[in-house]
Amino acid sequence: MKNLDIIKNGIVKENPVLRLVLGTCPTLAVTTSAINGLGMGLAATFVLIGSNLTISLLRKVIPDKVRIPAYITVIAGFVTIIQMLLKAYFYDSLYSALGIYLPLIVVNCIILARAEMFAGKNKVIPSICDGLGMGIGFTAALVLMGMIRELLGAGTLFGVTVTANFITPMTLMLLPPGGFFVFGILIALANKLSARLEKAPTKSCDGNCISCPACPSNMGGEEA
Amino acid sequence: MMKEMLIIFFTAILTNNFVLAKFLGICPFLGVSKKPSTAFSMSVAVTLVMVIATAATWPVHNYILVKYGLEYLQTIVFILIIAALVQLIETAIKKFSPPLYQALGIYLPLITTNCAVLGVTVLNISESYTLAESLVNSFGAGIGFLVAMMIFSGVRGRMESCDIPKALQGLPITLIAASITALTFLGFGGIVENLFA
Repeated sequence: MKNLDIIKNGIVKENPVLRLVLGTCPTLAVTTSAINGLGMGLAATFVLIGSNLTISLLRKVIPDKVRIPAYITVIAGFVTIIQMLLKAYFYDSLYSALGIYLPLIVVNCIILARAEMFAGKNKVIPSICDGLGMGIGFTAALVLMGMIRELLGAGTLFGVTVTANFITPMTLMLLPPGGFFVFGILIALANKLSARLEKAPTKSCDGNCISCPACPSNMGGEEA
Repeated sequence: MMKEMLIIFFTAILTNNFVLAKFLGICPFLGVSKKPSTAFSMSVAVTLVMVIATAATWPVHNYILVKYGLEYLQTIVFILIIAALVQLIETAIKKFSPPLYQALGIYLPLITTNCAVLGVTVLNISESYTLAESLVNSFGAGIGFLVAMMIFSGVRGRMESCDIPKALQGLPITLIAASITALTFLGFGGIVENLFA
Protein backbone atom coordinates (compact mmCIF):
# COMPACT_ATOMS: atom_id res chain seq x y z
CA MET A 1 0.00 0.00 0.00
CA LYS A 2 2.81 2.36 0.89
CA ASN A 3 4.46 1.73 -2.47
CA LEU A 4 1.21 2.60 -4.20
CA ASP A 5 1.19 5.92 -2.36
CA ILE A 6 4.72 6.63 -3.58
CA ILE A 7 3.62 6.02 -7.18
CA LYS A 8 0.52 8.20 -6.75
CA ASN A 9 2.61 10.95 -5.17
CA GLY A 10 4.72 11.27 -8.32
CA ILE A 11 1.73 11.42 -10.62
CA VAL A 12 -0.45 13.97 -8.85
CA LYS A 13 0.82 15.70 -5.73
CA GLU A 14 4.43 16.08 -6.75
CA ASN A 15 4.01 15.95 -10.50
CA PRO A 16 7.57 16.65 -11.67
CA VAL A 17 6.58 18.97 -14.50
CA LEU A 18 3.53 20.82 -13.26
CA ARG A 19 4.21 20.94 -9.51
CA LEU A 20 7.98 20.69 -9.05
CA VAL A 21 8.71 22.38 -12.42
CA LEU A 22 11.69 20.19 -13.21
CA GLY A 23 12.82 19.10 -16.65
CA THR A 24 11.46 22.11 -18.45
CA CYS A 25 13.71 21.83 -21.51
CA PRO A 26 12.31 18.55 -22.94
CA THR A 27 8.82 19.53 -21.81
CA LEU A 28 8.92 22.58 -24.05
CA ALA A 29 11.01 21.20 -26.88
CA VAL A 30 9.47 17.87 -27.88
CA THR A 31 5.79 18.46 -27.17
CA THR A 32 4.90 19.59 -30.69
CA SER A 33 2.80 16.43 -30.97
CA ALA A 34 1.23 14.04 -28.47
CA ILE A 35 3.16 11.07 -29.83
CA ASN A 36 6.53 12.82 -29.39
CA GLY A 37 5.58 13.73 -25.83
CA LEU A 38 4.67 10.09 -25.17
CA GLY A 39 7.96 8.85 -26.63
CA MET A 40 10.04 11.29 -24.61
CA GLY A 41 8.06 10.50 -21.45
CA LEU A 42 8.53 6.75 -21.82
CA ALA A 43 12.25 7.12 -22.58
CA ALA A 44 12.71 9.27 -19.46
CA THR A 45 10.62 6.80 -17.40
CA PHE A 46 12.89 3.96 -18.46
CA VAL A 47 15.98 5.96 -17.45
CA LEU A 48 14.33 7.02 -14.15
CA ILE A 49 13.43 3.48 -13.11
CA GLY A 50 16.82 2.11 -14.17
CA SER A 51 18.87 4.81 -12.47
CA ASN A 52 16.74 4.77 -9.30
CA LEU A 53 17.14 0.98 -9.11
CA THR A 54 20.91 1.06 -9.66
CA ILE A 55 21.58 3.99 -7.37
CA SER A 56 19.43 2.53 -4.62
CA LEU A 57 21.38 -0.75 -4.85
CA LEU A 58 24.67 1.12 -4.75
CA ARG A 59 23.69 3.68 -2.10
CA LYS A 60 25.95 2.15 0.55
CA VAL A 61 28.87 1.70 -1.86
CA ILE A 62 29.06 5.18 -3.41
CA PRO A 63 31.09 7.57 -1.22
CA ASP A 64 29.18 10.68 -0.29
CA LYS A 65 31.70 13.11 -1.79
CA VAL A 66 31.64 11.73 -5.32
CA ARG A 67 27.96 10.81 -5.41
CA ILE A 68 26.94 13.41 -8.01
CA PRO A 69 29.50 12.31 -10.65
CA ALA A 70 28.64 8.68 -9.85
CA TYR A 71 24.92 9.36 -10.32
CA ILE A 72 25.56 11.17 -13.60
CA THR A 73 27.59 8.23 -14.89
CA VAL A 74 24.84 5.76 -14.01
CA ILE A 75 22.21 7.98 -15.63
CA ALA A 76 24.34 8.46 -18.76
CA GLY A 77 24.68 4.69 -19.03
CA PHE A 78 20.91 4.20 -19.07
CA VAL A 79 20.47 7.07 -21.53
CA THR A 80 22.94 5.35 -23.86
CA ILE A 81 20.94 2.12 -23.61
CA ILE A 82 17.66 3.83 -24.53
CA GLN A 83 19.41 5.73 -27.35
CA MET A 84 20.66 2.47 -28.85
CA LEU A 85 17.26 0.77 -28.44
CA LEU A 86 15.41 3.64 -30.13
CA LYS A 87 18.02 3.83 -32.89
CA ALA A 88 17.59 0.13 -33.56
CA TYR A 89 13.79 -0.12 -33.51
CA PHE A 90 12.33 3.38 -34.03
CA TYR A 91 14.96 5.08 -36.18
CA ASP A 92 12.61 6.81 -38.66
CA SER A 93 9.93 7.88 -36.22
CA LEU A 94 10.92 8.58 -32.65
CA TYR A 95 14.73 8.64 -32.86
CA SER A 96 14.74 11.34 -35.54
CA ALA A 97 11.89 13.29 -33.95
CA LEU A 98 13.55 13.53 -30.54
CA GLY A 99 16.94 14.37 -32.07
CA ILE A 100 19.44 15.92 -29.69
CA TYR A 101 16.88 15.98 -26.87
CA LEU A 102 17.37 12.23 -26.43
CA PRO A 103 21.00 12.43 -25.17
CA LEU A 104 19.94 15.49 -23.18
CA ILE A 105 17.88 13.23 -20.87
CA VAL A 106 21.20 12.96 -18.99
CA VAL A 107 20.90 16.53 -17.81
CA ASN A 108 17.16 16.31 -17.16
CA CYS A 109 16.82 17.73 -13.65
CA ILE A 110 14.09 15.24 -12.69
CA ILE A 111 16.35 12.21 -12.92
CA LEU A 112 19.27 13.63 -10.93
CA ALA A 113 16.88 15.19 -8.43
CA ARG A 114 15.13 11.85 -7.77
CA ALA A 115 18.49 10.08 -7.45
CA GLU A 116 19.64 12.68 -4.94
CA MET A 117 16.38 13.03 -3.01
CA PHE A 118 14.95 9.53 -3.07
CA ALA A 119 17.02 6.67 -4.51
CA GLY A 120 20.17 7.62 -2.59
CA LYS A 121 18.31 7.29 0.72
CA ASN A 122 15.71 4.56 0.22
CA LYS A 123 15.43 0.82 -0.32
CA VAL A 124 15.16 -0.73 -3.78
CA ILE A 125 11.41 -1.39 -4.09
CA PRO A 126 10.27 2.09 -2.96
CA SER A 127 12.92 3.60 -5.27
CA ILE A 128 11.55 1.71 -8.26
CA CYS A 129 8.04 2.86 -7.32
CA ASP A 130 9.27 6.43 -7.06
CA GLY A 131 10.87 6.18 -10.50
CA LEU A 132 7.69 4.70 -11.94
CA GLY A 133 5.44 7.34 -10.35
CA MET A 134 7.64 10.25 -11.38
CA GLY A 135 7.98 8.76 -14.87
CA ILE A 136 4.23 8.38 -15.30
CA GLY A 137 3.70 11.91 -13.97
CA PHE A 138 6.29 13.25 -16.42
CA THR A 139 4.79 11.28 -19.32
CA ALA A 140 1.25 12.39 -18.49
CA ALA A 141 2.26 16.05 -18.38
CA LEU A 142 4.17 15.75 -21.67
CA VAL A 143 1.29 13.98 -23.43
CA LEU A 144 -1.13 16.62 -22.14
CA MET A 145 1.12 19.44 -23.42
CA GLY A 146 1.59 17.59 -26.72
CA MET A 147 -2.14 17.04 -27.16
CA ILE A 148 -3.00 20.69 -26.53
CA ARG A 149 -0.28 21.98 -28.86
CA GLU A 150 -1.06 19.43 -31.57
CA LEU A 151 -4.78 20.12 -31.44
CA LEU A 152 -4.40 23.90 -31.53
CA GLY A 153 -1.40 23.98 -33.85
CA ALA A 154 -2.15 21.27 -36.39
CA GLY A 155 -5.77 20.33 -35.71
CA THR A 156 -4.88 16.68 -35.11
CA LEU A 157 -4.62 14.33 -32.11
CA PHE A 158 -2.05 11.52 -32.20
CA GLY A 159 -1.87 12.16 -35.95
CA VAL A 160 -5.64 11.79 -36.49
CA THR A 161 -7.33 14.82 -38.05
CA VAL A 162 -9.78 16.39 -35.61
CA THR A 163 -10.42 20.06 -36.24
CA ALA A 164 -8.08 20.77 -39.17
CA ASN A 165 -10.90 20.52 -41.71
CA PHE A 166 -13.19 23.16 -40.28
CA ILE A 167 -11.01 25.35 -38.06
CA THR A 168 -7.78 26.86 -39.36
CA PRO A 169 -4.98 25.52 -37.09
CA MET A 170 -2.76 28.05 -35.35
CA THR A 171 0.72 27.04 -36.48
CA LEU A 172 2.15 29.38 -33.85
CA MET A 173 1.28 26.81 -31.18
CA LEU A 174 3.80 24.41 -32.70
CA LEU A 175 6.52 27.08 -32.65
CA PRO A 176 8.55 28.01 -29.54
CA PRO A 177 6.23 30.84 -28.34
CA GLY A 178 3.30 28.40 -28.26
CA GLY A 179 5.34 26.03 -26.10
CA PHE A 180 6.10 28.69 -23.49
CA PHE A 181 2.51 29.92 -23.55
CA VAL A 182 0.79 26.53 -23.13
CA PHE A 183 3.26 25.56 -20.38
CA GLY A 184 2.61 28.82 -18.50
CA ILE A 185 -1.16 28.38 -18.67
CA LEU A 186 -0.91 24.72 -17.57
CA ILE A 187 1.18 25.58 -14.50
CA ALA A 188 -1.24 28.37 -13.63
CA LEU A 189 -4.12 25.86 -13.84
CA ALA A 190 -2.23 23.33 -11.71
CA ASN A 191 -1.55 26.05 -9.11
CA LYS A 192 -5.20 27.07 -9.11
CA LEU A 193 -6.45 23.49 -8.75
CA SER A 194 -4.03 22.53 -5.99
CA ALA A 195 -4.77 25.74 -4.11
CA ARG A 196 -8.43 24.72 -4.18
CA LEU A 197 -7.72 21.11 -3.19
CA GLU A 198 -5.43 21.82 -0.26
CA LYS A 199 -4.85 24.92 1.80
CA ALA A 200 -1.17 24.25 2.57
CA PRO A 201 0.99 24.62 -0.53
CA THR A 202 3.07 21.62 -1.58
CA LYS A 203 6.70 21.97 -0.72
CA SER A 204 8.70 21.86 -3.89
CA CYS A 205 11.85 19.75 -3.76
CA ASP A 206 12.68 20.83 -0.18
CA GLY A 207 15.14 23.38 -1.53
CA ASN A 208 17.25 20.36 -2.20
CA CYS A 209 17.33 20.26 -5.93
CA ILE A 210 20.94 20.64 -6.74
CA SER A 211 20.71 20.86 -10.44
CA CYS A 212 17.91 23.14 -11.41
CA PRO A 213 17.83 26.84 -10.62
CA ALA A 214 14.32 27.05 -12.06
CA CYS A 215 13.19 25.21 -8.98
CA PRO A 216 10.82 27.62 -7.23
CA SER A 217 12.78 27.53 -4.00
CA ASN A 218 15.82 28.87 -5.84
CA MET A 219 13.90 31.56 -7.59
CA GLY A 220 13.75 34.05 -4.77
CA GLY A 221 10.47 35.79 -5.38
CA GLU A 222 8.58 32.66 -6.32
CA GLU A 223 6.00 31.58 -3.77
CA ALA A 224 3.85 29.12 -5.70
CA MET B 1 35.02 30.72 -45.55
CA MET B 2 34.59 33.95 -43.60
CA LYS B 3 31.04 34.29 -44.89
CA GLU B 4 30.10 30.79 -43.72
CA MET B 5 31.49 31.52 -40.27
CA LEU B 6 29.48 34.73 -40.04
CA ILE B 7 26.33 32.88 -41.12
CA ILE B 8 26.86 30.19 -38.46
CA PHE B 9 27.58 32.86 -35.84
CA PHE B 10 24.53 35.01 -36.52
CA THR B 11 22.23 32.03 -37.06
CA ALA B 12 23.19 30.77 -33.59
CA ILE B 13 22.38 34.16 -32.08
CA LEU B 14 19.22 35.15 -33.91
CA THR B 15 17.32 32.46 -35.81
CA ASN B 16 18.44 29.42 -33.82
CA ASN B 17 18.67 31.18 -30.48
CA PHE B 18 19.43 28.46 -27.96
CA VAL B 19 16.93 29.57 -25.36
CA LEU B 20 14.09 31.01 -27.39
CA ALA B 21 14.12 28.69 -30.42
CA LYS B 22 15.74 25.47 -29.21
CA PHE B 23 14.61 25.44 -25.55
CA LEU B 24 18.09 24.68 -24.25
CA GLY B 25 19.18 26.23 -20.97
CA ILE B 26 15.65 27.06 -19.86
CA CYS B 27 16.49 26.49 -16.18
CA PRO B 28 18.98 29.36 -15.83
CA PHE B 29 16.90 31.42 -18.25
CA LEU B 30 13.93 31.29 -15.87
CA GLY B 31 15.95 31.00 -12.66
CA VAL B 32 18.61 33.69 -12.73
CA SER B 33 17.16 36.26 -15.11
CA LYS B 34 15.68 38.43 -12.37
CA LYS B 35 18.51 40.95 -12.20
CA PRO B 36 20.50 42.09 -15.27
CA SER B 37 23.80 41.81 -13.36
CA THR B 38 23.36 38.15 -12.38
CA ALA B 39 21.94 37.36 -15.82
CA PHE B 40 25.10 38.81 -17.36
CA SER B 41 27.48 36.86 -15.09
CA MET B 42 25.62 33.61 -15.72
CA SER B 43 25.68 34.14 -19.50
CA VAL B 44 29.42 34.88 -19.50
CA ALA B 45 30.07 31.72 -17.49
CA VAL B 46 27.90 29.65 -19.86
CA THR B 47 29.63 31.08 -22.96
CA LEU B 48 33.05 30.35 -21.47
CA VAL B 49 32.16 26.75 -20.60
CA MET B 50 30.46 26.18 -23.98
CA VAL B 51 33.54 27.23 -25.98
CA ILE B 52 36.01 25.33 -23.78
CA ALA B 53 33.75 22.24 -23.73
CA THR B 54 33.56 22.30 -27.53
CA ALA B 55 37.33 22.63 -27.79
CA ALA B 56 37.62 19.51 -25.60
CA THR B 57 34.79 17.30 -26.87
CA TRP B 58 35.26 17.84 -30.62
CA PRO B 59 38.79 16.36 -30.80
CA VAL B 60 37.84 13.54 -28.40
CA HIS B 61 34.90 12.58 -30.60
CA ASN B 62 36.65 12.84 -33.94
CA TYR B 63 40.08 11.50 -33.02
CA ILE B 64 39.23 8.91 -30.38
CA LEU B 65 35.59 7.81 -30.49
CA VAL B 66 35.23 7.75 -34.29
CA LYS B 67 38.64 6.19 -34.81
CA TYR B 68 37.86 3.24 -32.57
CA GLY B 69 34.17 2.94 -33.49
CA LEU B 70 32.96 4.02 -30.06
CA GLU B 71 30.43 6.69 -31.14
CA TYR B 72 27.76 5.12 -28.94
CA LEU B 73 29.75 6.25 -25.88
CA GLN B 74 29.27 9.89 -26.92
CA THR B 75 26.73 10.80 -24.24
CA ILE B 76 28.69 9.33 -21.31
CA VAL B 77 32.04 10.68 -22.48
CA PHE B 78 30.72 14.18 -23.19
CA ILE B 79 28.94 14.62 -19.86
CA LEU B 80 31.99 13.40 -17.95
CA ILE B 81 34.29 15.72 -19.90
CA ILE B 82 31.95 18.64 -19.20
CA ALA B 83 31.68 17.80 -15.50
CA ALA B 84 35.46 17.53 -15.15
CA LEU B 85 36.01 20.71 -17.18
CA VAL B 86 33.62 22.75 -15.08
CA GLN B 87 35.40 21.58 -11.94
CA LEU B 88 38.76 22.48 -13.51
CA ILE B 89 37.60 25.92 -14.66
CA GLU B 90 36.20 26.62 -11.22
CA THR B 91 39.47 25.69 -9.51
CA ALA B 92 41.53 27.68 -12.02
CA ILE B 93 39.41 30.81 -11.71
CA LYS B 94 39.47 30.55 -7.92
CA LYS B 95 43.28 30.39 -8.00
CA PHE B 96 44.07 33.00 -10.61
CA SER B 97 41.28 35.55 -10.39
CA PRO B 98 39.44 35.80 -7.07
CA PRO B 99 37.30 38.77 -8.22
CA LEU B 100 36.09 36.80 -11.23
CA TYR B 101 35.42 33.84 -8.95
CA GLN B 102 33.31 36.08 -6.74
CA ALA B 103 31.23 37.05 -9.76
CA LEU B 104 30.91 33.68 -11.52
CA GLY B 105 31.68 31.16 -8.79
CA ILE B 106 28.20 30.20 -7.69
CA TYR B 107 26.99 29.73 -11.26
CA LEU B 108 29.71 27.34 -12.36
CA PRO B 109 28.55 24.14 -10.57
CA LEU B 110 25.05 24.64 -11.99
CA ILE B 111 26.44 24.67 -15.52
CA THR B 112 27.36 20.97 -15.49
CA THR B 113 23.71 20.05 -15.66
CA ASN B 114 22.83 22.92 -18.00
CA CYS B 115 21.42 21.30 -21.10
CA ALA B 116 22.74 24.14 -23.28
CA VAL B 117 26.35 23.05 -22.77
CA LEU B 118 25.83 19.35 -23.50
CA GLY B 119 23.39 20.42 -26.23
CA VAL B 120 25.89 22.55 -28.11
CA THR B 121 28.59 19.87 -28.04
CA VAL B 122 26.19 17.18 -29.32
CA LEU B 123 24.80 19.58 -31.94
CA ASN B 124 28.26 20.39 -33.28
CA ILE B 125 28.85 16.69 -33.88
CA SER B 126 25.44 15.97 -35.39
CA GLU B 127 25.78 18.97 -37.77
CA SER B 128 29.27 17.60 -38.68
CA TYR B 129 30.91 21.00 -38.25
CA THR B 130 34.69 21.35 -38.49
CA LEU B 131 36.54 22.35 -35.33
CA ALA B 132 36.61 26.03 -36.31
CA GLU B 133 32.92 26.01 -37.23
CA SER B 134 32.10 24.24 -33.95
CA LEU B 135 33.94 26.88 -31.94
CA VAL B 136 32.16 29.69 -33.80
CA ASN B 137 28.82 27.97 -33.32
CA SER B 138 29.44 27.51 -29.58
CA PHE B 139 30.52 31.12 -29.16
CA GLY B 140 27.46 32.28 -31.12
CA ALA B 141 25.21 30.08 -29.00
CA GLY B 142 26.72 31.63 -25.87
CA ILE B 143 26.22 35.16 -27.16
CA GLY B 144 22.66 34.22 -28.15
CA PHE B 145 22.10 33.01 -24.60
CA LEU B 146 23.49 36.33 -23.32
CA VAL B 147 21.21 38.35 -25.61
CA ALA B 148 18.13 36.37 -24.57
CA MET B 149 19.01 36.63 -20.87
CA MET B 150 19.60 40.38 -21.01
CA ILE B 151 16.40 41.10 -22.94
CA PHE B 152 14.39 38.86 -20.66
CA SER B 153 15.78 40.35 -17.44
CA GLY B 154 14.57 43.71 -18.76
CA VAL B 155 11.13 42.26 -19.45
CA ARG B 156 11.00 40.76 -15.95
CA GLY B 157 12.01 44.07 -14.41
CA ARG B 158 8.97 45.68 -16.03
CA MET B 159 6.75 42.85 -14.82
CA GLU B 160 7.59 43.45 -11.15
CA SER B 161 5.40 46.51 -10.91
CA CYS B 162 2.41 44.81 -12.56
CA ASP B 163 -0.70 43.58 -10.80
CA ILE B 164 -0.85 39.89 -11.75
CA PRO B 165 -3.73 37.47 -10.96
CA LYS B 166 -2.83 35.15 -8.10
CA ALA B 167 -2.74 31.88 -10.04
CA LEU B 168 -0.46 33.41 -12.66
CA GLN B 169 2.06 34.86 -10.21
CA GLY B 170 5.61 33.56 -10.33
CA LEU B 171 6.44 31.01 -12.97
CA PRO B 172 3.29 31.07 -15.15
CA ILE B 173 3.52 34.78 -15.96
CA THR B 174 7.28 34.42 -16.51
CA LEU B 175 6.62 31.69 -19.08
CA ILE B 176 3.98 33.79 -20.83
CA ALA B 177 6.42 36.71 -20.97
CA ALA B 178 9.02 34.31 -22.40
CA SER B 179 6.46 33.30 -25.01
CA ILE B 180 6.11 36.89 -26.17
CA THR B 181 9.89 37.36 -26.17
CA ALA B 182 10.24 34.20 -28.28
CA LEU B 183 7.61 35.61 -30.65
CA THR B 184 9.81 38.63 -31.37
CA PHE B 185 12.74 36.34 -32.22
CA LEU B 186 10.57 34.55 -34.81
CA GLY B 187 10.80 37.80 -36.74
CA PHE B 188 14.48 37.12 -37.42
CA GLY B 189 13.61 34.06 -39.55
CA GLY B 190 15.53 34.10 -42.84
CA ILE B 191 17.27 37.39 -42.06
CA VAL B 192 20.77 35.92 -41.71
CA GLU B 193 20.88 34.17 -45.09
CA ASN B 194 19.70 37.33 -46.82
CA LEU B 195 22.14 39.50 -44.91
CA PHE B 196 25.18 37.75 -46.36
CA ALA B 197 23.68 36.65 -49.66
